[in-house]
Amino acid sequence: MTATLPSAPLSRREWLLADHPQSRMQARLGRAYMVWLQFSANRLAMIGLSIIVLLVIVAMSADLLAPYSPVVGDLRNERLLPPGSAHWLGTDGQGRDILSRLIYGSRLTLLVVGLVAVIAAPVGLVVGTVSGYAGGWIDAILMRLTDIFLAFPKLVLALALVSALGPGIENAILAIAVTSWPPYARIARAETLTFRHSDFIAAVRLMGASPGRIVVRHIMPLCLSSLLVRVTLDMAGIIITAAGLGFLGLGAQPPMPEWGAMIADGRRFVLDQWWVAAAPGGAILIVSLGFNLLGDGLRDALDPREASR
Amino acid sequence: MTPMATARRSGIAAAGFSARLAGFLVAVTTTYLGLLAVTFFIGRVIPIDPVLAVLGDRAPASAIARVRIEMGLDLPLWQQFSIYVQKVLSGDFGTSVLTTHPVLEDIARVFPATIELATVGTAVGALIGVPLGVLAAVRRGSIVDQIVRVIGLVGYSMPIFWMALLALVVFYARLHWVAFPGRLDVVYEYTFTPISGLFLLDAIWQRQWEVLWDLVRHIILPASLLGYLSLAYISRMTRGFMLNELRQEYIVAARAKGLSDARIIWAHALRNAAVPLVTVIALSYANLLEGSVLTETIFSWPGIGSYITNSLQNADMNAVLGGTIAIGTVFIALNLLSDLLYRFLDPRTKAR
Repeated sequence: MTATLPSAPLSRREWLLADHPQSRMQARLGRAYMVWLQFSANRLAMIGLSIIVLLVIVAMSADLLAPYSPVVGDLRNERLLPPGSAHWLGTDGQGRDILSRLIYGSRLTLLVVGLVAVIAAPVGLVVGTVSGYAGGWIDAILMRLTDIFLAFPKLVLALALVSALGPGIENAILAIAVTSWPPYARIARAETLTFRHSDFIAAVRLMGASPGRIVVRHIMPLCLSSLLVRVTLDMAGIIITAAGLGFLGLGAQPPMPEWGAMIADGRRFVLDQWWVAAAPGGAILIVSLGFNLLGDGLRDALDPREASR
Repeated sequence: MTPMATARRSGIAAAGFSARLAGFLVAVTTTYLGLLAVTFFIGRVIPIDPVLAVLGDRAPASAIARVRIEMGLDLPLWQQFSIYVQKVLSGDFGTSVLTTHPVLEDIARVFPATIELATVGTAVGALIGVPLGVLAAVRRGSIVDQIVRVIGLVGYSMPIFWMALLALVVFYARLHWVAFPGRLDVVYEYTFTPISGLFLLDAIWQRQWEVLWDLVRHIILPASLLGYLSLAYISRMTRGFMLNELRQEYIVAARAKGLSDARIIWAHALRNAAVPLVTVIALSYANLLEGSVLTETIFSWPGIGSYITNSLQNADMNAVLGGTIAIGTVFIALNLLSDLLYRFLDPRTKAR
C-alpha cells in the first residue's frame, strides 16, 4: 500500500475526487461527493433539502420549540384568536395554539411518511428484484400482480380499507403502504433487467453464489438509488393522502394534532376565522413542496439519463 | 430508425395483433378480478364477524346462525368469492343502509354528477396545461419554463381539499363570484327536469339559459381546482414530449424548408406528441375521478365522492364498497384504454 501513496499529502477534495481510489471506502465516498457536488449546485434542490432538514429538527425538538401545549387550550379566554404576538398563528376552536399544534403535528407527518416508506419500499424492492432476476413464470405472476395493484384507484381503496379496519393513524399508514408499493416493484425490476446479464453477475454466479445471495448482495444495492429518488418523490403524495384521510376523520384521532384533521377542525370556522384551516394546509404544502424539490434534485444528481429531459 | 426496420416491425406488429388482443383481455380480466378480490377481502374478511356487523351483538344465537347461512358464510372462502363475483357482475351490490335503496341505483343516480365535474376539470386542465407545456418546452430554461415548473410543483404538493376551502372563502364569501356549494340552486329544482343526469348538457338541450348560467356558477370553482391538479400533470408531460420531438431531425428539415416557428411547433411537433398526450389526458381523467372524492365533500357536489364519504361516516359498508367498485371499474377501464391507445397508435412501442 505504501508504494502507491503519493509523495505530497492530498487535500480532502483531491482525495475524494481521485481517479484511482485506493480503497472501496474511498471510491464510495468519492462517488457520494460527486453526487453531492451535483446536488448542491441545484438551488431548488437545496431549498427542498433545507425544508426537510428543518422539518426533522422541528419534530425532534418539538418539546423545546412549542410555546404552548398542543392538546390543552384556554377555552374561556383564548378561542379563535387571530394571529398576534402571543399566538403567532392564532388559536383554534378549543383555544389551542395553532403553531404549537403544527410543531407537534410534524412528528405525525414524519411518522407517516417514514413508516410508509419503511413498509412499502422493501416490499417493492423484493418483488421487483426477484421478479427481474428469476424471469419466467415467477416474473409473469409477480408483474401481473403489480400491474393489478397499479391500476387501482389508490385513494378510494385506502378509504375503503381504513373504513373496514377502523379509523386510526396506524390503519391509515397501513392502507397507504398497501397501495403504494407497486411503482417500487416496477422500478426495481427495470433496474434488475439492465444488469441481470452483465459480466459481474455472471462472475459472482461462477463463484458459486446462490440466487438469493446474488439478489440480496449484488442486485438490491444497485437498485437503491433509483428507489430512493422515487420514494422521495412519492412522499408528497403520501403526505397529501394521509392528510386527506385525516380530513375525513379516518386518520389520526383527536386530540392528536394531525395536519389534515386540523384542516377539518378549521372547516367550521373557515368563513370568519380562515387562519384555523389555512395554517395546517400551508404546512402540508410547504413540506410536500420540500419533498418534491428534494426528489427532483436527487433524480438529477443520481440519474443523469433522466436529468437531460 | 431505418425505413426497413420500421417496415419489419410493423409486419411483426400485424402478425402479433391477435396475440396482443388476447394479452389485453387477460389483463382486463385479471385486473378486474383483482379489484373484486380486494373489495371482497375488505368487506368480508377484515371485519371479525360480518354477521355481528349486520345484526349487532345482542342478537339471539338462532338468528346469528340463520343469517350466517343466508350470507353464505358457512361456505369455503373461494366459493363465497365466486358467489360475490357473480353478484357484482350482475349488478347486485347489496342495499345501502343509509338510503335504503339498492347501491347500484344510488350509484347510477350520483355518478353523472361526478362524470360532469371530472370532464369539465379535465377540459380545463388540458386546455391550459397543453399550451403551457408547449411554451415551457419551446422556451426551455427561460423564465416561462421556470414559472410553468413552479405552477406544476405547487399543483403536485397542494392538498386539494384545503385549496378548495380557501377558494370558497375568497371566491364565494368575499368576492361573491361563484354560487353557494352545491350543483344547482334550489330555485330551479322544480322548473328544470334533467334527462341524462349531465345537467350542463340537459340545460343546453332544453335551452334553459338561466339554469345553464346557474350551473356554470356552481361548477366553475370545483372544476377549476380539479383542472389545476390535472394541469400540473399534463403540462409536465407535454413539456417532456415536446422536448423529445423538438430535437428530432424532421424539425430541422421543416426549419430548413422555411416554415414559420408557430407552424413547426403547433402543426408538426405537437401533432407527433399528440399520441402519448392522449394517453396522458386519459390517465389524468382517471385521477380526477378519484381526486373528486375530497373535492366533492367540500363543494357539497352530489356525486360519487360525496356518496362514499357520507357512507363512510355512517359505516355503510355496502355503499362504500359499491362506490369503490364503481370508481375502480372506470379507473381500470381508463387505465387500460390509455395503455391500449398508446400501443396501437404509436408505432415506436410495437417493437417491444
